[in-house]
Amino acid sequence: MEALQNLLQQTVNGIQLGSVYALIAVGYTMVYGVLQFINFAHGDVYMVGAYIGFFAITATFLSHFPPVMQGSITLLLCMTGCALLGNFIERLAYRPLRNGLSGRDAFPWALFWSLYVMLFLGKWLSSRSVLPAWIVFTVTFFVSLVSLSALFKLSFSKLSKHLKPSSDRLTALITAIGISFLLENQGVALFTTTPRQIQLKGIANDIHLRLSAFKYYSGNKLHVVGVRISGGEITVLAAAIILMSFLIYLVGHTRTGRAIRAVSLDKDAAALMGIPADKIIGLTFIIGSSLAGAAGFLNHEVSGISFDSNIGIALGLKAFVAAVLGGIGSIEGAVVGGLLMGVAESFTGGSVLSSLKDAVSFVILIAILLLRPGGILGSNVQEKV
Amino acid sequence: MLKVVDLNVYYGAIHALKSVSLEVNQGEIVTLIGANGAGKSTLIRTISGLVKSASGEMWYAQSRLDSLAPHQIVKLGVSQSPEGRRVFRTMSVHDNLLMGAYTRKIDRATLHADMDEMFTLFPRLKEREKQQAGTLSGGEQQMLAIARALMSKPRLLMLDEPSLGLAPFLVQTIFSVIQNINRAGVTILLVEQNAHQALRIAHRAYVLETGCITLTDEASKLMENDAVRQAYLGG
Ligand SMILES: Nc1ncnc2c1ncn2[C@@H]1O[C@H](COP(=O)(O)OP(=O)(O)OP(=O)(O)O)[C@@H](O)[C@H]1O
Ligand SMILES: [Mg+2]
Repeated sequence: MEALQNLLQQTVNGIQLGSVYALIAVGYTMVYGVLQFINFAHGDVYMVGAYIGFFAITATFLSHFPPVMQGSITLLLCMTGCALLGNFIERLAYRPLRNGLSGRDAFPWALFWSLYVMLFLGKWLSSRSVLPAWIVFTVTFFVSLVSLSALFKLSFSKLSKHLKPSSDRLTALITAIGISFLLENQGVALFTTTPRQIQLKGIANDIHLRLSAFKYYSGNKLHVVGVRISGGEITVLAAAIILMSFLIYLVGHTRTGRAIRAVSLDKDAAALMGIPADKIIGLTFIIGSSLAGAAGFLNHEVSGISFDSNIGIALGLKAFVAAVLGGIGSIEGAVVGGLLMGVAESFTGGSVLSSLKDAVSFVILIAILLLRPGGILGSNVQEKV
Repeated sequence: MLKVVDLNVYYGAIHALKSVSLEVNQGEIVTLIGANGAGKSTLIRTISGLVKSASGEMWYAQSRLDSLAPHQIVKLGVSQSPEGRRVFRTMSVHDNLLMGAYTRKIDRATLHADMDEMFTLFPRLKEREKQQAGTLSGGEQQMLAIARALMSKPRLLMLDEPSLGLAPFLVQTIFSVIQNINRAGVTILLVEQNAHQALRIAHRAYVLETGCITLTDEASKLMENDAVRQAYLGG
């Protein structure tokens, strides 16, 4: 009975962990759907989400709110912040690669470099200026933004004749790895590698639910077989379910969702329907990244698991495996893959093999891919031409 | 209505279209015939914005098409039923038709009216409305591809080999449907291997050979042309 108790508990823990994996995996799978490449920077977007959550919770301006409000606002901040970041990455790196560098890319590039100009030139200027630092920084930023925009616009439109667009997926993949390193290193520079841990008060550990599956007498003692779930775990699960349902509805039943599917199925045909491919691609980055942001918040500020600026690699890799496991390109597959990974990890983690818990996901992956190369819900049949 | 001037298109080193000029007037059926690899698909893909030209001009009404993205060209009223049907295989027939109407901001009633119009044109699609497009027969997929292209309410419809792989009976049906669409006011640019049928319904025709327009005339005159008879009408 001890074993059964343990089994139940690990399943519940696994599902909760798996729901986090699923939220991240969706971003890999959707981007793969429309662009057929793995956006390896996605895990780092999750990392940024975790930090936004951390700083929002520690910020005083939110501390006056009741916990539920504080949590909701933080969740929104994480999702919005990551959505902007995801969209920005796409505009900065992947779109110029895909369509060829053009004058239209000047603004995101100027925005990117202006941040550095602001940090370094702004710092230098404010050290020798009587004006308050924030004014110096703002002015530096905007002056740099305007001048760099103009400069880039000019040079990009000159360069565009020589730089051909690349439809090579390997190029995109390498770019993604580059962006991933960029985000990681910026993460280390900005947030340091100090592990952070914080948990949203109020909803996290105060409530503990004991769900009893059944009771039995052994000797003359009453035993209860059931699971213990903390308020935090319930919150994570509930939030993940709500977000995923929303996503599945959006993709399955709305005009925009149909457009996303159309672009995934056949880009040329979708273009001939009048679907603006770039907008739809941008949208998949926005959706995927906002869910990664939500996952960062849920896993680290609601579940209270400690993290540092390298968290994106580990979690991103596992979520990527989950996406492949479920069938890359399929949203339902990402959910199934995520849950499976979570449960498998939780089982190994709770057994004598606990030191292998990070390896087990890969063992499962290899096993499943040998049986079903397209993943569990992926298309395993060759497309008829 | 559509005017192409001195268009040059390259695929890397391959010079696929060489100074191609072509004109389609409002209300016409114009057909483009040519052997495999002549560049027919390339030409209409370039008009749709899927392939970028190296030089030349393309005009539709008052708009220059060259620098526009495909979705903008659809919005102007130029629609294409591509080679190989390219229906969205895992979507239902209904959803495929909805995708066709993507650019139009219309209410449910108009949408249903338009869809019913397609079902009148192709009754077979009505029976298959809920079926996945990938499971339709080749002929049914062709009907769907044409209906889907019509759902955007185009003023110029470009069809790339609509009769490919269809049984003779169905070829007749498709061509008479094309004529009906044209009578309803849609201008048509028809790419065809089946030169006989195409010339029969077209007003004017162009012959494309390895990237060059070699002949153009009224369709009835080209049917009498010896070179055309030899090359495309089987003697
Ligand atoms: N994406 C591509 N990359 C390289 N070459 C291409 C590409 N598409 C077409 N071509 C080449 O351009 C030429 C014209 O091709 P196109 O598809 O336009 O011919 P077509 O007249 O439509 O032929 P068919 O009747 O067989 O459909 C061919 O030689 C073809 O090999
Ligand atoms: Mg062709």
